[in-house]
Amino acid sequence: MRHGKYPLLLAFLLPPLALYGYFVVSPYAQSFLIAMTNWQGLSPAYEFVGFDNFKRMMGDEYVWNALLNNLWLLVLLPLLTIALGLFLATMLNVGGRGGRSTVTGVRGSGLYKVIYFAPQMLSVSIVGVLWAEVYNPRSGLLNSALRALGLDGLAKIWLGDPAYAFWAVLAVMVWANVGFYVVLFGAAMQSVPRDIYEAAALDGASRLTTLVRITVPLLWDTIQVAWVYLAILALDGFALIHVMTRGGPNFSTDVVGLRLYTEAFGDYKWGYASAIGVVMFFVTLSVTVLSLRLTRRERIELS
Amino acid sequence: MSEQIMDAAPSAVDERGSQTTQAGRPAKPAAGEAGRGRKAFDGTLNVFSHAFLVVWGLLTALPLLWVVLSSFKDDAEILGDPWGLPSALRFDNFARAWTHGNIGQYFVNTGIVLAGSLTLTMLLGATAAYALARYKFVGSRLVYFVFVGGMMFPVVLAFVPLFKIVGGVGLRDTLPGLMLIYTAYSLPFTVFFLTAFFRTLPDSIAEAAYIDGCGPFRTFFRVMLPMAKPGLISVGIFNFLGHWNQYLLPVVLITSDEKQVLAQGLANLAISEGYRGDYSRLFAGLTLAMLPVLVVYAVFQRQVQSGLTAGQMK
Repeated sequence: MRHGKYPLLLAFLLPPLALYGYFVVSPYAQSFLIAMTNWQGLSPAYEFVGFDNFKRMMGDEYVWNALLNNLWLLVLLPLLTIALGLFLATMLNVGGRGGRSTVTGVRGSGLYKVIYFAPQMLSVSIVGVLWAEVYNPRSGLLNSALRALGLDGLAKIWLGDPAYAFWAVLAVMVWANVGFYVVLFGAAMQSVPRDIYEAAALDGASRLTTLVRITVPLLWDTIQVAWVYLAILALDGFALIHVMTRGGPNFSTDVVGLRLYTEAFGDYKWGYASAIGVVMFFVTLSVTVLSLRLTRRERIELS
Repeated sequence: MSEQIMDAAPSAVDERGSQTTQAGRPAKPAAGEAGRGRKAFDGTLNVFSHAFLVVWGLLTALPLLWVVLSSFKDDAEILGDPWGLPSALRFDNFARAWTHGNIGQYFVNTGIVLAGSLTLTMLLGATAAYALARYKFVGSRLVYFVFVGGMMFPVVLAFVPLFKIVGGVGLRDTLPGLMLIYTAYSLPFTVFFLTAFFRTLPDSIAEAAYIDGCGPFRTFFRVMLPMAKPGLISVGIFNFLGHWNQYLLPVVLITSDEKQVLAQGLANLAISEGYRGDYSRLFAGLTLAMLPVLVVYAVFQRQVQSGLTAGQMK
């Protein structure tokens, strides 16, 4: 069995490792070095400046503004998406109480799931372009619906107004992600024995109690994974915002990833941009570790 | 009986519907009188739960339907009557999007990149994962962690050095460059997922193949790879969607218009539409970009859902 394993190991591991090392490991490693330089992309000359870039960042209000937006996303995106996902998944999977105390999914739950999951298929660029049109102040779906309902006062220039642009983008992020978690939570709920829900129903537990006291504790592992994944998504956000607003208006939707991109490819401050990337890496890492820590709980074994 | 009707889901008012659950199991005997008041409450909640589900369904489906309908309209209809139906099926919008909007070129580019990147990702990912899952050697754990550790880094961190490195080997603004980069950045998850999968396959079959005189390479391609098919399909769907929808990497690496991929080209089309005011072309382009994945999804929705959610949970 182990005879002649080295030819295979070389043939199987060298090509992927070479490609991966050259295009992934090396850029990540280099960015930590470039962050210590004053390199201005267009000229080949640069010198090491130590932690100057990081010191400058401390006083850069644009970076702070972007970071603050990321932190708002970090709080709101997981909270809204998971709450809505759990709620809809509960309605779909244990929402129907068809006959007496039995607990079942509602009618047509398969169709709902297919529709809810659909945005997951679309690229961020399609989602971004589509919603920019929905928010279009003149011809968009949203404002014309509001006007048709006689709510002209509520029709806004959604993406052009610093007061609303951030919330409009957040809503799109929630819209695009909820369906995935409805399916994910739904699959987890299927593995919870029906008798538990039926017992709760017999004991007269309301649906809210069932959700908070039974579903959430039993699904904790899945919720934890969802939380971490959405947190990472919230700290990124670059692609959607690049498509929808480019960080505007007046930097109200700017995020750290976009700041890096603007510094690197708008102003060619490669050293400074890399320093922003390094900070972003450490923030992402600590948030991931922290949320895994904070959400750790005794695991509940099902039979 | 009236109680039973109240219990029934609003869509299943006849009492027989309430006797059996969806799974076809007979209903449990009555709970007794205790819950009578609450049951009426739950009856209204049933209506509510359907209302919520329908509302979210509409919120999801309406924007998509609106784009498809708008793609048949002319500009006057799009701007003047956003909720109206198109007065005629204007297929020339699609023709204009395909040729003048460059959507056709973007489709071809995306197809070329995907054919290369997906093949390469699956081949390199599967071979690396197999070597790591089935063989112990000095540094095997280190190699595994180097691969998997790549998942912890935000891709934007690599932007500046990657731009330089790819330019250095003359692959910037080329489709083969994009293929290699997509592959490289897909390896962490692919290796991670497939290593776990290969570890679940029994040793005894590989041993048997060896005893039958099968060399290690043949064992992999003829015996182990076919056995790993379910895992390969899951990670294949995952990567297909990831590469098809990729936006970050082309934004940094592709500059000339005729080399752009669909996701990137569409976003640029939307920006230029703002100046040119050809809205019907933009909606037609959006529909063209959206429909293929949605059709594939409609056909394979079960596999796609389970493939993507399984990937998430590993």
